[in-house]
Amino acid sequence: MTILYVIIPIAIFLVSFFVWIFLWAVRNEQFDDLETPAHKILIDDWNDRLKEAKI
Amino acid sequence: MSASNDSSSGFVQVKYNDEIVRMFTLATIIWAAVAFLVGVIIAAQMAVWQLNFNTSWLTFGRLRPLHTNAALFAFAGNAIFAGIYHSTQRLLKTRLCSDVLGKLHFWGWQFIIVLAAITLPLGLSQGKEYAELEWPIDIAVVLIWVVFAINFFGTLLKRNEKHMYVSIWFYIATIVTVALLYIVNAISLPISFFKSYIVFAGIQDALVQWWYGHNAVAFFLTTPFLGLMYYYMPKAANRPVFSYRLSVVHFWSLIFLYIWAGPHHLLNTALPEWLQTLGIVFSVMLWAPSWGGAVNGILTLRGSWNLLRTDPIIKFLVAAITFYAMATFEGPLLSVKAVNSLGHYTDWIVGHVHLGTLGWNGFLTFGIIYFIVPRLWKTELYSKKLANIHFWIGILGILFYYISMLAAGITQGLMWRAIDANGNLVYPDFVETVIRIVPLFFSRAIGGVLFLAGFVLLLYNVYKTIKQAPKDLADETVQVKGASFAVSHSERGHRKLEGMAATFTILALIAILAGSVIEVVPTLSISKYVKTENKVEPFTPLELAGRDIYIKEGCYTCHSQMIRTIHSEELRYGAASTIEESMYDRPFQWGSKRTGPDLARLGKKYPDLWHYMHMENPRAVIKESIMPAYPWLISSKIDFENLGKTISLFKKLGVPYSDKDLSDAKTSAKTQALGIAARLKDQGVKEEMSDKKITALIAYLQALGQKGAQ
Repeated sequence: MTILYVIIPIAIFLVSFFVWIFLWAVRNEQFDDLETPAHKILIDDWNDRLKEAKI
Repeated sequence: MSASNDSSSGFVQVKYNDEIVRMFTLATIIWAAVAFLVGVIIAAQMAVWQLNFNTSWLTFGRLRPLHTNAALFAFAGNAIFAGIYHSTQRLLKTRLCSDVLGKLHFWGWQFIIVLAAITLPLGLSQGKEYAELEWPIDIAVVLIWVVFAINFFGTLLKRNEKHMYVSIWFYIATIVTVALLYIVNAISLPISFFKSYIVFAGIQDALVQWWYGHNAVAFFLTTPFLGLMYYYMPKAANRPVFSYRLSVVHFWSLIFLYIWAGPHHLLNTALPEWLQTLGIVFSVMLWAPSWGGAVNGILTLRGSWNLLRTDPIIKFLVAAITFYAMATFEGPLLSVKAVNSLGHYTDWIVGHVHLGTLGWNGFLTFGIIYFIVPRLWKTELYSKKLANIHFWIGILGILFYYISMLAAGITQGLMWRAIDANGNLVYPDFVETVIRIVPLFFSRAIGGVLFLAGFVLLLYNVYKTIKQAPKDLADETVQVKGASFAVSHSERGHRKLEGMAATFTILALIAILAGSVIEVVPTLSISKYVKTENKVEPFTPLELAGRDIYIKEGCYTCHSQMIRTIHSEELRYGAASTIEESMYDRPFQWGSKRTGPDLARLGKKYPDLWHYMHMENPRAVIKESIMPAYPWLISSKIDFENLGKTISLFKKLGVPYSDKDLSDAKTSAKTQALGIAARLKDQGVKEEMSDKKITALIAYLQALGQKGAQ
């Protein structure tokens, strides 16, 4: 099962990479708003910039 | 160009390209009719063998690849493109990146479909399921896919909405993964414009093929349609998706898990045990994200369940998601080794696939068509009532189809494995197990006819809708703040946001590659699993010519060449197949369905004359056989000319042919053919057969399981 010597490092690398991406995303406020995106698509002529403009 | 800037306010007028969506929508409908019709024809052929009409290009083995390719690439493909182009523009608040590339994408794709529809009935096939198209068409598919990708990512870059809705992520994963899968699985070397051989052999090919094959389901029939679901379900119900949070979790977990599940198509075979287990574990884990997604889709209707009674679009969408839930429940179940030993190679799998394609892909597409056609053609749907009738006929059709196939599969699976008190097979004659389920082939065909009949109503409904459309179909226009994410943030923020599209793409790619590497890397070290002391002789040139005929006629659509490590199977066919036996097979022919018996140990079981009579008319030797007849093999000639090229190619790929084998390819094939023809003559065949295809096929069939390493 020498193939495990290839697979396990790849798996470890991958998991670390995902943890890193996740932390990066959280720090960059990517997951701060998980509510409005669902509503936004229902309004045809609305984008984020417009929201600011109307406020 | 399409957006006029009002610089003082920052507002832009965005005009969506609806023309391209209309084109893909019509193509979806037209090709769906073809795919469903061919499906009904081959379903009828299973029930009534006479419907093969003793005609090469109308025979099941050639039409079945046409049906699967039409359903996958023509129907589902065009539906995906229509839905993606329609929803992406609206989600990103921008016009399609390039109208010209859109047109190129459209016509290129239709051209590919026409080529497929011509070449597959002619038997020009690579013999790999869902990847039968020959190499020039493969190249065209990849090129057009790249055009699509450029157009999509270009649109992503010029978007006026910074946030990428979950659907967009599903589309990204689809575009990237399909390209990767398709290219790897199609790596082949041509010997002529119409014939090529895959570079992977035997078990390597098996792994790559099902890595592709399973992910064709995952990334062509699942992720893009989930993306569509997340857009059209909320739009049609005019309610936000049940949980956006869940949809994000759904996306990442699904793409990460799906890619690892391929080996569940190879359970109980010669595949190394640990790889089988890997496939099972990940398949079972898929239950969670699949059901999470399905529940998320259905619960979008919370608080407006009344729409289910009144709105046919909602009916189609909700039924589609329900079928998705059913199919994704059944999939992991069938991936459990014990269940798989019963279901694999039977019609249960055919039923399972159709639960997904007819129910999930079909109904979701119908719902979307009923939703977008009136909007695209600026009118009302001609008849809501017809759409409702379509829904009920369609449901009935799917149920007929699925229940027939489930019953047929379990019945036959149980008969195959039935062993009496003395340890003998209860049904040693394979054909006994076939005639028992033929009535179910009839009810399945009825299910297909119902599904098609429902679709004809859609065809009529859409035709009438378009007829009442106004002449001037202006593109839909919205006014939004231009490039909002680009102007409203600091330089750092700007870069960050622009990087988002690229980041998501890279992330998706990495998740996919991880699974891919784990499955493909072992094929590189597979020599470890091939015992060197077990020498396997490669096929002779004539046997190879016969093998090409076997592939051309699509024999693999009904016959496997893999005796599984199951007791009843070894009783019926002989010792379990080994990796070595198929180590030179390009493509591998382990198969996925047994309408007829396994052929791994067919060689020397019957005399040459038996095969001759069997191919001319199967009923002459097996009274109740439902196999088509192949009379043209007796009249058409062997292509001796290309044999040298084939041997030369195989030699390059590592098959142990000597230089003499190569230089003598033609003469050795002719000598072997003369021998078989002489035997046939002795046994009473009047015409000279030494240059006829049947002789090469007999040579191949008689060599199956006779090359050692068992």
